[in-house]
Amino acid sequence: MKARVHVMLKNGVLDPQGEAVRHALGALGFDKVEGVRQGKVIDLELAEGATEADVAEMCEKLLANTVIERYEIELV
Amino acid sequence: MRAAVVVFPGSNCDRDLAVAFEQAGFQVDMVWHKDAQLPQGVDIVGVPGGFSYGDYLRCGAIAAQSPICKAVVEHTERGGYAIGTCNGFQILTETGILPGALLRNAGLKYICRTVELKVETADSAFTRGYDSGDVIRIPIAHHDGNYFADDDTISRLRDEDRIAFTYVDNPNGSSGNIAGILSHNRRVLGMMPHPERAADPAHGGTDGVALFRALAGVLTPA
Repeated sequence: MKARVHVMLKNGVLDPQGEAVRHALGALGFDKVEGVRQGKVIDLELAEGATEADVAEMCEKLLANTVIERYEIELV
Repeated sequence: MRAAVVVFPGSNCDRDLAVAFEQAGFQVDMVWHKDAQLPQGVDIVGVPGGFSYGDYLRCGAIAAQSPICKAVVEHTERGGYAIGTCNGFQILTETGILPGALLRNAGLKYICRTVELKVETADSAFTRGYDSGDVIRIPIAHHDGNYFADDDTISRLRDEDRIAFTYVDNPNGSSGNIAGILSHNRRVLGMMPHPERAADPAHGGTDGVALFRALAGVLTPA
């Protein structure tokens, strides 16, 4: 089984990297971009029997810092 | 009077921190990140600056899960003293010992220069050598020093007089200009600036000396 974890900064937390990307897109002439948020995608290869709850625990303990980030788990 | 300085793969201010402690009169033990216990009788733990574990995942995230950090958490839960500077501050927030998190600098650039800090409270073992309102000059060297915490946490830090230092001219976008904070029992200090790099005339400044001397004054056995 595989799991894909998406980690994004929470709404309201400044994302200076996303802002820099937005500016760069604007400089390239993409004038319809109103906002950019940058995050991480973490792919996990899991052994038989692993559950979504296990992945959630991994997110809480290490993969995301829930003070500033939110996560979504996708089992694939 | 004993200090332990934690060494992670990628720490680069560990020896500076050890020298600053030694000059203030501490006996210093260096402890390796794989050690599961602190040496017996340690009065204060120093978590140094650097790039522990290459800053992979998030600054301080992997260090916070290391065996020695479990021992550091237990030490602080027993009421032990600790100081984390720069990456050490990031690690202390990742362990949950201190609230909030350090984000990428608002200007996106790594900043390495000496800045002015205002001492916000003299009511701690770390800051009692200064007067509240003093302005001191301490170097910063970080890419992720933008302190963030939710509004309730910032208010609580203010109400409980736990903001130790603020930037006079905010270099990195930190909420409330915060440069350093104290734990609820005032025995843990986390700060992005490097007092250990302003601890000898050869550093170009000695405004950090008072911090280590003040600690020595508190932790000397009566």
